[in-house]
Amino acid sequence: MSGESTYQPNNGFTKWMDTRLPLLRLAHDSFVDYPTPKNLNYWWTFGGILTFCLVTQIITGIILAMHYTPHVDHAFNSVEHIMRNVNHGWLIRYIHANGASMFFLAVYIHIFRGMYYGSYKAPREVLWILGVIIYLLMMAAAFMGYVLPWGQMSLWGATVITNLFGAIPLVGDSIATWLWGGFSVDNPTLNRFFSLHYLIPFLIFGVVILHIWALHVPGNNNPVGISVKSEQDTVPFHPYYTVKDGFALVVFMILFSYFVFFAPNVLGHADNYIPANPLVTPAHIVPEWYLLPFYAILRAVPDKLGGVIAMVGAIFILFVLPWLDTSKIRSARYRPLFKQFFLIFVVNCLVLGYLGAMPAEGVYITLARISTIYYFAHFLIILPLLGLVEKPREIPESISASILPETAASPAE
Amino acid sequence: MNRLSALVFSALLSAGLSITGAEAAGDAKHPEAIDWSFKGLFGTYDRDSLRRGYKVYTEVCASCHSMNQLRFRNLSQPGGPEFTAPEVKAIAAGFIVEDGPDDYGDMFDRPGLPKDGFVNPFPNVQAARAANGGAYPPDLSLITKARSGGPDYIYALLTGYEDPPAGMKMRDGLYYNPYMAGGKIAMAAPLLEELVEYTDGSAASVEQMSYDVVTFLNWAAEPELEERKQTGFMVLIYLTVFAGLLFFSMRRIWADKH
Repeated sequence: MSGESTYQPNNGFTKWMDTRLPLLRLAHDSFVDYPTPKNLNYWWTFGGILTFCLVTQIITGIILAMHYTPHVDHAFNSVEHIMRNVNHGWLIRYIHANGASMFFLAVYIHIFRGMYYGSYKAPREVLWILGVIIYLLMMAAAFMGYVLPWGQMSLWGATVITNLFGAIPLVGDSIATWLWGGFSVDNPTLNRFFSLHYLIPFLIFGVVILHIWALHVPGNNNPVGISVKSEQDTVPFHPYYTVKDGFALVVFMILFSYFVFFAPNVLGHADNYIPANPLVTPAHIVPEWYLLPFYAILRAVPDKLGGVIAMVGAIFILFVLPWLDTSKIRSARYRPLFKQFFLIFVVNCLVLGYLGAMPAEGVYITLARISTIYYFAHFLIILPLLGLVEKPREIPESISASILPETAASPAE
Repeated sequence: MNRLSALVFSALLSAGLSITGAEAAGDAKHPEAIDWSFKGLFGTYDRDSLRRGYKVYTEVCASCHSMNQLRFRNLSQPGGPEFTAPEVKAIAAGFIVEDGPDDYGDMFDRPGLPKDGFVNPFPNVQAARAANGGAYPPDLSLITKARSGGPDYIYALLTGYEDPPAGMKMRDGLYYNPYMAGGKIAMAAPLLEELVEYTDGSAASVEQMSYDVVTFLNWAAEPELEERKQTGFMVLIYLTVFAGLLFFSMRRIWADKH
């Protein structure tokens, strides 16, 4: 995609720099003159929004770490110390806690957008795989972060999840003991989770750089899903998409601010304001909302090991999505059947999320099993078959041609 | 479109969570929504209610419950009961605090200072249990955040005591309250009419005392609430104006491409 660089160093320093470390040239070619399809809609603004989320989490996280104490006797109180005694500590903590939810909200929209418009298809498979790795790292970071305040849900959520490793045959118990640094979730566990929670965002940052690199080689996919054919199809990233992404980001920040300032605990669980107590188990142990669909899959399988395999499989199946989808057509706009199955898939994911919040009993179990089977069927049966049986709609000549009929219809504009 | 779908998403999220909350309460009666002064976008604490609530808290709750996260100085900070500095000094001095060790290695008692934490009614959990029939009275610093239903739930609990339904066996030292999960609670109805003597002339009905003390407890859990909402309001105005400017800039920049 990136052809000749158009960067012109215009003063002595930038010329000197350009022949030594062409950082400014890289930035110019990546974020200023980078040719971008001109038909990107608002669903494409979530890449920028996600970068904002990551940076926000890292900055607020570093400040929180300055005041937090990763010890079972002090963690809960140090969080309250942040809330009450640190200048604007409440603001920083609420941004960080709600920021995690906002991060996941944005990443789910970003992932569903990729699925709808076939952004994982050739030549963007590596881009997609890097995205799945980021998502996995995000889940690890979020899970460990939720443990740090050392409330009841922290302790018991960590107990449930780390116990899953015990399901691995032969070595399971040893792995669980090794993860805990003892025989249950305790101080060593909290300590290492803090260490890893601090590490993972920087790993994510590294993979994000690779993700953007892998994006800039083939260039953006777009709503019609056909490749850029001429300069007619693109606009420079700046100012066209900087302003569009900027606008979308600020709208997103309005939603974010609503939660931070007016409903900061709506997305959390009341039990996490009770200090962790290994002797009292909460009535219902539920993870944060963004992990609920996988929690539902875990509990849908009657066997512990089977449940773990299903849950892990539900995430890892995303890695092979580019090869499970047999259709060559990228965008759902030209795939009438896929479009409907995509919608069912999204609804099914929401249903799984709902079921994950319900107790694992009675009708909820049955529904969770049906939903889980459908989740896998979507990837393993529906997507491979659809590509073979579906008759796609006619695809426009080019990106410009896909927008052209409108302009041709009203030449006065 | 982006904004709309975002709103739909947040509605879905909130709906999902309120379901979780209701479900977590199990078979308990659902608390009624109370019209708190601190509710809503512009909600603030009612200063008089906070002060009356503090009186109810010290004279009733504090005989069994701890309040570990509060210090006396908090009582004078903005957004709270806003007692004056001398008032807080006097309140703190009314408590005996253990300090030390002194130069001889001995612990000693002294009157409280504004910097001191609220004084615990019991020296440790075991003592608290022993004095309360085996039940531990939970710390109240975060109680309105730590229970689903929040202040509505605490209010319902305080005002909701009734006789147990026919056939329900109550062990000695347990009381019936339909808002408690399971219906049985180890705390006897703590508030009786005129139990506290209000100095501002308000009638000390159970409802009034409950309202006041829950307002106080909510402040104890969320002392930043007023500052948070005021800041949030300014942030929303700023972001909305900024979004408008960006929207029109975008229209202008894209004008030649459409």
